[in-house]
Amino acid sequence: MTFDKEYFNLGYLDMLSYKDSVIHRLDPRIKVLVTFIFIVTVVSFGKYEVYGLVPFFLFPAMLFSLGDIPVMFIMKKVLLVSSFAFFIGIFNPLLDRQPMYLFYGVAVSGGWVSFLSIMLKFFLTITSALLLIATTSFPGICYALQKFGIPDIFISQLLFIYRYLFVLVEEAMKVVRARDMRSFGNRGRGVKAFIALLGTLFLRTVERAERIYRAMLSRGFSGRLHTTRQYRFTSADALFLAITVAVLYLLRVHDVVGSMGRLSMRVF
Amino acid sequence: MHMADALLSPAVGATFWAGTLGTIAFCSKKLKENLDEKMIPLMGVLGAFIFAAQMINFTIPGTGASGHLGGGMILAIILGPYAAFIVMASVLTVQALFFADGGLLALGCNIWNLGIYPCFIAYPLIYKPLTKGAAGPTRIVLASIISGVIALQVGAISVVIETMLSGRSELPFSTFVLLMQPVHLAIGLVEGSVTAGVINFVKAARPEILDSVSSTRPLSAEISIRKVFTGVLVVALLTGGMLSWFASANPDGLEWSIEKIFGKPELPEQKRGIAPVWKKIQEKTAFLPDYGFKKPEGAPEGSEGGKGEPSWPAIEPGTSLSGFLGSALVLGLIFLLGFAIRVVRKNKTAEKMTGHDIR
Repeated sequence: MTFDKEYFNLGYLDMLSYKDSVIHRLDPRIKVLVTFIFIVTVVSFGKYEVYGLVPFFLFPAMLFSLGDIPVMFIMKKVLLVSSFAFFIGIFNPLLDRQPMYLFYGVAVSGGWVSFLSIMLKFFLTITSALLLIATTSFPGICYALQKFGIPDIFISQLLFIYRYLFVLVEEAMKVVRARDMRSFGNRGRGVKAFIALLGTLFLRTVERAERIYRAMLSRGFSGRLHTTRQYRFTSADALFLAITVAVLYLLRVHDVVGSMGRLSMRVF
Repeated sequence: MHMADALLSPAVGATFWAGTLGTIAFCSKKLKENLDEKMIPLMGVLGAFIFAAQMINFTIPGTGASGHLGGGMILAIILGPYAAFIVMASVLTVQALFFADGGLLALGCNIWNLGIYPCFIAYPLIYKPLTKGAAGPTRIVLASIISGVIALQVGAISVVIETMLSGRSELPFSTFVLLMQPVHLAIGLVEGSVTAGVINFVKAARPEILDSVSSTRPLSAEISIRKVFTGVLVVALLTGGMLSWFASANPDGLEWSIEKIFGKPELPEQKRGIAPVWKKIQEKTAFLPDYGFKKPEGAPEGSEGGKGEPSWPAIEPGTSLSGFLGSALVLGLIFLLGFAIRVVRKNKTAEKMTGHDIR
């Protein structure tokens, strides 16, 4: 993916988080908490679990539809994530060849089952992480983390990075464009040009930091960043938390696919 | 290489999160003790710089493959270990959110792998002693490359260990190591030379920046390797202790003892017998995420059978067919539900916006 496209996607994802929907209006603390509970529940399934994971698609599906998030955009991002899980998981079918299921006479090895399980988990966890940022503004997440007791210095770092991310990425985009215009194929894109480019970017960054610091001082900066937005824990938040936790618990404990399967077998 | 949620077990993920959060708290405390407030914007903007720099690709000499910067070593050299760790952790957090690199549970592991090793091992134990005094450009290159390689090698081993402890991958330890280490040797060499290049570039162009930063940076003078090393050792021991605590809690043993307590006889049709009961008891009593949720390895259940269990060869094709049908049904229902909500919402907004432009 080109630099410009990546930057565009970053901005678009950020823009999504400022939409107004049922999900967007929820307290960020609740969303961060629920996302974590969801991920831990999904990951807690054993190595060979496939059917148990299927009902968990309910959670992203709900967030997509209630939060009005474009599905294709997130799916594309999930596909583009450098998939370490895929490269490690693909060894399972090679190494674990014991047959596990018989599917219409075709034996499915344990390796393929565990690989499928890894890919399902990968999809569910990555999608839910992206949905968190697509439905919660970044400062909102910082606020949640602060309330969860994460140290102030770390929170102010996050807020700073978010604030200057777009500025610096745009600046980087300019130098990358300049480099690409002067290079042919791989010529001119080597380490040497990269170092000079990075060094220049670094110098500009430090100078910018100095200017920012002076500007902050003149506005009464005393070492701490304050947020003005206050969130209140409403009954909608309590309801959302209660329902998701209850549903996740039920899906974890109850074999939904099994009972659905038995039901459909009886029908057909 | 980013660790991924899908390869982790909750216990390993939680342990590394605990280690990472502990280190963040420790570094924040250290920074707070004597922080020049000028550092706060500098750290923040440098974090954004690293983020932007990681998006720029360059061609790796001789291969034609493209690589990008990690940044841990540059930060450690410029800001010192404590500030660098905080910045690295925040960069990785922003990446985990916006790019979903690895995922949120694996974020603890990723901060650990890419933050701890450059900041608290490679920088204080290798880079610093090697560049003591007035180091020339060649010494800086040498020190950066060695420390870059070591930081990435240890990080790669760490990924292997995390994957092994989680037990989701079939890869044997030795194969996995052979797979990871050479790749990361190459990445480390590139990372080291780019780090050296940038440091030397800045040193040549604006030497006062490095000097002024290192004079205002906290604890630059009195940071003793011994202290840092002891700190890392303590954290490592704590993590190791917690890990073995999690890992040694043998589910089979637990199950066995629960059976004893509740006096359930050994059921041959255990398939549906003890597992749900056991799970409920677990849910009620456990406070640890892993054993709060995880199914005991030894307990077969439903249509899914663990490998190597006695019940395993006896799977009838009927079970897998019903599982397949069930999955299709569940997914279909979820899709329909989501689609229905979407349609209802669209109609509502359309009603609200009649007369306006509906995009």
